[in-house]
Amino acid sequence: MRQRKGRRHTVSKSRYGYFFIAPFFIVFAIFSLYPILYTIFLSFQSWDGLGLVNSVGVKNYERLLKDEVFYQSLWNTFRMWMMNFIPQILTALVLSAVFTFHRIRGMRFFRAAFYLPNLITAASVGLLFNLLFDGDKSAMNHILTKIGLLEEPFAFFNSTVFASGLVSYIQWWMWFGYTTVIVMAGITTVDSGIYDAAMVDGATRTQTYVKITLPMIRPTLIYLSITSIIGGMQLFDVPATLTNSLGDPRKSILTTAMYLYNQGFRNHNYGYASTVSAGLFVIIAILSALCMSALQKKEREGQ
Amino acid sequence: MTKMSRRFFKGMIYAFLIFLLMLSVVPFYLVMINASHSSFDIVTKLNLWLGDALAENYRTMQTHVNIWRGFANSLLISASYTLLTGYFGAFVAYGFAKFDFRGKKILYGIVLASMMIPSQVSIIGFYQLNLKLHLLNTYWPFILPGIASASTVFFMRGIITQSIPDSMIEAARVEGCGELRIFNRLVYPCVLPGIVTMCIFNFVASWNSYIGPLIIVSDSRKYTMPVMISMIKGLYLTNYGAMYLAIAISVVPIILVFCILSKYIVNGMTVGADK
Repeated sequence: MRQRKGRRHTVSKSRYGYFFIAPFFIVFAIFSLYPILYTIFLSFQSWDGLGLVNSVGVKNYERLLKDEVFYQSLWNTFRMWMMNFIPQILTALVLSAVFTFHRIRGMRFFRAAFYLPNLITAASVGLLFNLLFDGDKSAMNHILTKIGLLEEPFAFFNSTVFASGLVSYIQWWMWFGYTTVIVMAGITTVDSGIYDAAMVDGATRTQTYVKITLPMIRPTLIYLSITSIIGGMQLFDVPATLTNSLGDPRKSILTTAMYLYNQGFRNHNYGYASTVSAGLFVIIAILSALCMSALQKKEREGQ
Repeated sequence: MTKMSRRFFKGMIYAFLIFLLMLSVVPFYLVMINASHSSFDIVTKLNLWLGDALAENYRTMQTHVNIWRGFANSLLISASYTLLTGYFGAFVAYGFAKFDFRGKKILYGIVLASMMIPSQVSIIGFYQLNLKLHLLNTYWPFILPGIASASTVFFMRGIITQSIPDSMIEAARVEGCGELRIFNRLVYPCVLPGIVTMCIFNFVASWNSYIGPLIIVSDSRKYTMPVMISMIKGLYLTNYGAMYLAIAISVVPIILVFCILSKYIVNGMTVGADK
């Protein structure tokens, strides 16, 4: 009798489990899952945002595969991500080595200051750098001509190389502090006794860091790479606010997220914009998988 | 290493750190400085110290764009969103941490996987959803998703598992306390410090979000701060000083919050990431 009562007790308790988790799944289903499913559905339709939705079969996908702007936007996005991610992870590794192995006065202050740009509204950052560089009489042209690096003002936003490089720089600038903090958190989980052992064996600090610390924090590095590529391939705010939101000069900073936004909300081509979304989603999934398997393969080789 | 070369090495390190510090801080400094200069000053020379045109820039800015309305709109959205993430993050996390039920592993797997979903790729569906629900030009599409904040659930589940013993909940049950009451009166107050840490991040993320408000809100009186800032150039203003001032106003609150809370922010970030 007693036992049965006890069992009934657990049953009613487990029902409360569903009660507590229900809000998440209801809101997730409406605001996340439905939009994804509807985007996939719409990628096979044509819709101008007001009128009727018409099925067009795979026509949108045929168009996507032949769309040069789509490919260019993917390449732009990937290039700008690479050009920011590699310097970013290198800076973070150097900084975290410095902070871990040397007693730096004001370490917390430096770390906090490096992290600050990460918190600032990306739209404000875009406009800020636009104002700093745009035009002959911009602040950067004043600075660079004054210190003699430039003979005469340079039209920064006429140069595709410069615009693309600036987006990468801004992304690096916004994220290297964050990455440093995360790498340092990974390093603190490594047992410090292991360093003493290596030092006793005569290893230098640099050797210890490269041969022992880095392999130990591989999970952290995988986490950083995957989240960075998922975020980086969706890049929108900075390039959209840095120039005229069409990705100029000459579409050099047009990212795929900007392209799909423009297809949908400027041209009212919601069907095709959904197809671009689906294409981008597939690319992100492939890149994350590649990234994951590359880093895990290294792990197997290392052992 | 000799003493000399060690000192030199240390000097190099500090030089490197100070160089990065300059890169991080100088753009903000230039914004503040230029916000107090007239447009003419800004285009004719390099300004490194405060000017005297702050009041004039402020007047110019106010006649073109009502920045404080954007500020209030963003504050309303971010505060509501943050409160929801805090309460429901802990609420859902409590369900996962302290109850056993069928399918729990799979359901928690969905929560974790949802953190990896690239949200920008479903904006077309998101727009259509809000069109259908008649939520365009309202703030609900940015506030309600706070109920389903996966990262907050993930973070709070760890805290609840660690800091709330089962015996405490059992004791409350024996006393005849209802399940909802147990959460509201017992669990929630206990984990409030953790919730506050998480809320700082959620607030910043909501304050900075751009593409959502850009597609949902077309009524200019309802623009959020980032949307307003992105439209300032060309649409409203040609006065550089006033534009710099608008950026400064959008940036300063975050810098102030950061200066006060940086200890919690930098420590809080690492809790979820190192596991």
